[in-house]
Amino acid sequence: MHEMSLCESILRTLEEQALAQRYKRVKTVWLEIGQLACVEPSALAFSYEVVTRGTLADGSRLEIVPVAASTWCMQCSAEVRIDALAQPCPHCGSYQLQVTGGDQMRIKELEVE
Amino acid sequence: MMCTVCGCADGEGRIEGHAAGHEHDPHHHDHGNDASSSPPAEDAAIRDATHRHDHVHADGDHVHYGRGPARAHAPGLSQARMVQIEQDILGKNDQYAAANRRLLVQQGVLTLNLLSSPGSGKTSLLTRTLHDLQHELTMTVIEGDQETSNDAARIRATGARAIQINTGKGCHLDAHQVGHAIDQLQPEPGSVLFIENVGNLVCPAAFDLGEACKVAVLSITEGEDKPLKYPDMFRAADLLLLNKIDLLPHLRFDVERCVDYARRVNPGLQVFELSAISGEGLNDWYAWLRATRAARLVGHPLMHEMAETPDGR
Repeated sequence: MHEMSLCESILRTLEEQALAQRYKRVKTVWLEIGQLACVEPSALAFSYEVVTRGTLADGSRLEIVPVAASTWCMQCSAEVRIDALAQPCPHCGSYQLQVTGGDQMRIKELEVE
Repeated sequence: MMCTVCGCADGEGRIEGHAAGHEHDPHHHDHGNDASSSPPAEDAAIRDATHRHDHVHADGDHVHYGRGPARAHAPGLSQARMVQIEQDILGKNDQYAAANRRLLVQQGVLTLNLLSSPGSGKTSLLTRTLHDLQHELTMTVIEGDQETSNDAARIRATGARAIQINTGKGCHLDAHQVGHAIDQLQPEPGSVLFIENVGNLVCPAAFDLGEACKVAVLSITEGEDKPLKYPDMFRAADLLLLNKIDLLPHLRFDVERCVDYARRVNPGLQVFELSAISGEGLNDWYAWLRATRAARLVGHPLMHEMAETPDGR
């Protein structure tokens, strides 16, 4: 359940930004979560609610924007799509794949007041 | 109460010898060397931004201020406004990890982050390694467990210095905890620092601690499909140690298949088969340790000093 840690980290960022950007309440948080990121979105949503209770983000909405994985197949010398780690290249069956995107965990933007 | 960066169980964690009830300001995290005494760039940007409310850019992670009223996808909200912040969720941890790494590299300390599920034999492998190489290398250990100092005690019984971090409810070590532990432990220049992470095949994979390499330990009693079930850990690893190989005659475990699975998620992964109990295969691990330490010291001032001492310490 490192999703709890991730949410504590998100909350800390929200609190820091509240000072910098002078807002009192967070209404919505948009996260960009890659398909290959080491995180479970449903666990993240659950943890977020627990962690933000009684804070400036109490009752706020968490919007998770999924980002598709992008990988490079060494054999095909081409960009290929997989849904999860340990999957082969859909064209040639090789596992010689390099993840080029879709493993990020980022806070994109906030709706605040 | 101990502070954590990533919020892993605020107030739950403990580091041996670390003063309780202290306040720690993440803006002044300092490991006592010049390189890390300046605050991380992002923190500086945020602090600076409190004095400039209109429009600010921070390098790297962008911070945009003063975006003004709500944009199209949040209509009709009088007081609400959109703020674009674009920050990695693990950004804070990564800053502490970078500070740890800077200090450790400067000191010529080879740091290895050991990852595995509980019971894979990490501590046995460590105690054996510490025993076998004690006349050759200076080694220290940071032990991570939710509770107890049992493992640190086992390490100290070999004569090596060790410090225990108890994470409480936390399921992994984070770079901030490790930074404090390094402060306490003060590993010798040119030494090897092992960080034994909390036994867990999932969470520790995501948290950079500032190590040079992640070493995954998988025992053959765990099942050969672990790399497929927990791909993040095996993808993050630089080296895989297949432990308890002495039990092979008693188990149905296909080593080749396991290695194949691991390389599906990490094609370049190097694998050693060994047993911390029988000693089989340990020489490969020791050779890797010596070679990796030597390679990391290339160009470091310590290398010239060591060339003058016969035992290379």
